Amino acid sequence: MTSTTPLLEVSGLTMRFGGLLAVDGVALNVFPQQIVSMIGPNGAGKTTVFNCLTGFYKPSDGKIIFRGEEIQGLPGFKVARKGMIRTFQHVRLFKEMTVLENLLIAQHQSMNTNMLAGLFKTPSYRRSEKEAMDRAAYWLERVDLKEFANRKANTLAYGQQRRLEIARCMVTQPSLLMLDEPAAGLNPRETEDLKVLIAELRQNHDLTILLIEHDMKLVMSISDHIVVINQGCPLAQGTPEQVRQNPDVIKAYLGET
Amino acid sequence: MMIQNLKPAVISAVVVVVLTGLLMGVRLEQLGTGLTVTGAGPDVYWKIAAAAAFMFFFNLFRDHLSALWKALPGMPKTPTTLSDAAEKPLVRRLFWCFLIAAALIWPFMANRGGTDLATLVLIYIMLGLGLNIVVGLAGLLDLGYVGFYAVGAYSYALLAMYFGVGFWTGLIAAGCMAALFGFLLGFPVLRLRGDYLAIVTLGFGEIIRILLNNMTWLTNGPNGIGGIPKPTLFGLEFSRRASEGMQSFHDFVGISYDSSHRVIFLYLLALLLVLITLFVINRLLRMPIGRAWEALREDEIACRSLGINPTAIKLNAFTIGATFAGFAGCFFAARQGFISPESFTFIESAIILAIVVLGGMGSQVGVILAAIIMTVLPEMAREFNEYRMLLFGLMMVLMMIWRPQGLLPMKRPHMELRT
Amino acid sequence: MPESLFYFIQQLLNGLTVGSTYALIAIGYTMVYGIIGMINFAHGEVYMIGSYIAFTAIAALALFGIEFLPLLIIGAFIVSMIVTSAYGYSIERVAYRPLRGGNRLIPLISAIGMSIFLQNLVRLAQGSRDIAMPTLITGGVSIGPEDAFNANLSYMQMIIFAVTLITMTLLTLFITRSRMGRACRACAEDLKMTNLLGINTNGIIALTFVIGAALAAVAGVLLGMYYGVINPYIGFMAGLKAFTAAVLGGIGSIPGAVLGGLLLGVTEAMTAGYFSSEYKDVVAFSLLILVLLFRPSGILGRPEVEKV
Repeated sequence: MTSTTPLLEVSGLTMRFGGLLAVDGVALNVFPQQIVSMIGPNGAGKTTVFNCLTGFYKPSDGKIIFRGEEIQGLPGFKVARKGMIRTFQHVRLFKEMTVLENLLIAQHQSMNTNMLAGLFKTPSYRRSEKEAMDRAAYWLERVDLKEFANRKANTLAYGQQRRLEIARCMVTQPSLLMLDEPAAGLNPRETEDLKVLIAELRQNHDLTILLIEHDMKLVMSISDHIVVINQGCPLAQGTPEQVRQNPDVIKAYLGET
Repeated sequence: MMIQNLKPAVISAVVVVVLTGLLMGVRLEQLGTGLTVTGAGPDVYWKIAAAAAFMFFFNLFRDHLSALWKALPGMPKTPTTLSDAAEKPLVRRLFWCFLIAAALIWPFMANRGGTDLATLVLIYIMLGLGLNIVVGLAGLLDLGYVGFYAVGAYSYALLAMYFGVGFWTGLIAAGCMAALFGFLLGFPVLRLRGDYLAIVTLGFGEIIRILLNNMTWLTNGPNGIGGIPKPTLFGLEFSRRASEGMQSFHDFVGISYDSSHRVIFLYLLALLLVLITLFVINRLLRMPIGRAWEALREDEIACRSLGINPTAIKLNAFTIGATFAGFAGCFFAARQGFISPESFTFIESAIILAIVVLGGMGSQVGVILAAIIMTVLPEMAREFNEYRMLLFGLMMVLMMIWRPQGLLPMKRPHMELRT
Repeated sequence: MPESLFYFIQQLLNGLTVGSTYALIAIGYTMVYGIIGMINFAHGEVYMIGSYIAFTAIAALALFGIEFLPLLIIGAFIVSMIVTSAYGYSIERVAYRPLRGGNRLIPLISAIGMSIFLQNLVRLAQGSRDIAMPTLITGGVSIGPEDAFNANLSYMQMIIFAVTLITMTLLTLFITRSRMGRACRACAEDLKMTNLLGINTNGIIALTFVIGAALAAVAGVLLGMYYGVINPYIGFMAGLKAFTAAVLGGIGSIPGAVLGGLLLGVTEAMTAGYFSSEYKDVVAFSLLILVLLFRPSGILGRPEVEKV
């Protein structure tokens, strides 16, 4: 399943906030169609790594190579346009807009945004509008939200909002999906559904997934590769089995015994 | 309950006296080269006393009052059937048709003054609609909007003065110039946070006015530019005697000259410009860009994570808004025939902003309604004029407290998925 | 050669004089911004009202036969600070407190409304014409040769420097040493948390508006006496300038406001002295735009880290 060139290659990633070293020399490789998890205790700097990768923070040092291109220091929207799309730890939907419109916004970049075309409703404009609607409808079907398409996003239940956020990422047709604690706040049943969804996305949509997660059962069962971070530093990485048996990881999680 | 309210009640009464006592109760008078003070007269003292007493009793009985307020039946809401009906596209269309028809008939029903006033209202509607794109839709507080209005007006006036450019070419040029200024200013400043943007645009508006005032060699400074040519209809002039090589309207149609023709023509022209503005904004709202504006107001970070460039989207709104101000400015210059930096002070920006705020940010019917209220009211009650700006200010504060969404809050047309 | 040197010194002195009053007004913006993250748009009008009250107080005291100069000036300061404090407090209560916690544009618009309201209130009560006061403090010391062109440091300028310095010192002591000052700093750090710890944050917010207003009054008294002429419209420009100063120095930082004020004052005086006084406002605003472009956090401000 793994090919030789990684899709995402991170080396020596460092992030300083004033005197605080939040991330220190993190390195990781994500190969196409892999599911890679990043784990670590609270405050280990996992979300900061995410923010650096997706261009929300400008890393102080280090290299990020995505599909053979250096992307460190690029603004977030440019990183996103290269096909690296993320979700947030706390769901960030456009709450006052409908479910459907959330998905249309995500396609802004691929839609025909020519002013004049839009003013006069040219055929090419109509076509791009229809394509966007169709794609949105497809993904709503996939995440089981089609019946809610015309409801405001903030009227959805929490689990549904999480699914909508994933669908919103998928309509942009990303090559790397980054999920920040996707199972947080979900019940066991929903977590199980999420697991199925993630596996399916990788299988059928040529998708690579990088996720942060605290639910060890989920992480161990779906990951191909796990990266452990502690206090901003890389602690260990390897297959779920290797990580599970690593004494450093056990120490970091259970404390000095 | 009243005892514990006694202290705040006394304090508020004292505060009122401190606020007004010296500032309003005493008048500064110039006495030769010296300065002296005189009392403002018993009526002012009575007013101050009344205000203090009002605050005292208001705070004393505020618990009772709020209980009373709650006991009152709620604000009369629009009946649901009515608001449902307003949702229906057919009803909306009928409403707009009716409105446009009424606007078309108006100049033939009203007298010359009425038509003139209506033209002024239309200019403010156009400005309000333009600023509404920036403030209401894109959520960017632009306090220097009048700067773009000035750019539009002066573009046409200068082109006409130096190169003899006609109205229609001037209109395009004014729109382009204002758009260019909007783009150039927006490019650096739109990355800033909302309140910084407000101040920078305010500074920009002032810079434009100061430059117009001081670049005397180009703009004639405070004396302004006069003799700006009036608009023509396909080359037909609306004057008693056509200038050389031109034909006048009344000759062409074969009727006798009447100066009200021009007034009506100007009115209809303004109406046309407003309708174009309305059409463009309505289309924009249904386009991806309109959605992106709303999304950006809601969550900029989420927008960026989806590959949307916030600066580009904001710049779009800023430039489009500036363009409409440019058109309005050009029309204003042509209608007045004379412009000077006087017409483009911050107060003008504040009035346009007040129209947007009063109408309901983002709402087009609201802007139209507010522009009518703001322009016609001061005309109706001339003696009111003295207090006009005072009431403007008061209204802005009270609107924000009582109904920040405005008289007629916006509802953006949402796309629906048919299943 | 020395002539141009003394000309330069003169411009520098004039710039520092105006700059220190900008700094006093700018502190009001910076303190309010530091705590609630909003611009008090009506702050310039408070300064204007401060000038009016000072003129009224001086004229009234003179009417009662008090001619002793220090007493007149101190009286003007006290009365003016009391009245503007009431204005600062009322502005917070009316235009900010009911609107806290919503869309940030809403309190800004209500403050613009407040600013227009206050300006016109003064216009209606006192008339829109200029009001001039005879110079109370005359004379000064000259720097440079007695018989040739020299720079002049007037006593009024000295008073402005001294009062500014004293006020700043008192404010710094208050912020760093007193219990209230500590509460202010805590509010600037985290308003919600401070509230949870049992501190009356509403009171602290009101206090910052009051302190800012009192400082604006100090500036109003000083500048009013320095220029000798006031009208209801001076607040708008002064507010804009002081805001520029606050941003220049780094909004939220008190030393930044002082630095920004002085810098802006000197820039303006130099523009007026060497170029043209008509363009000094243009230069000031261009400076604002440039600073926001290249260093949005200002000279001494901390760059903000966005919370994702």
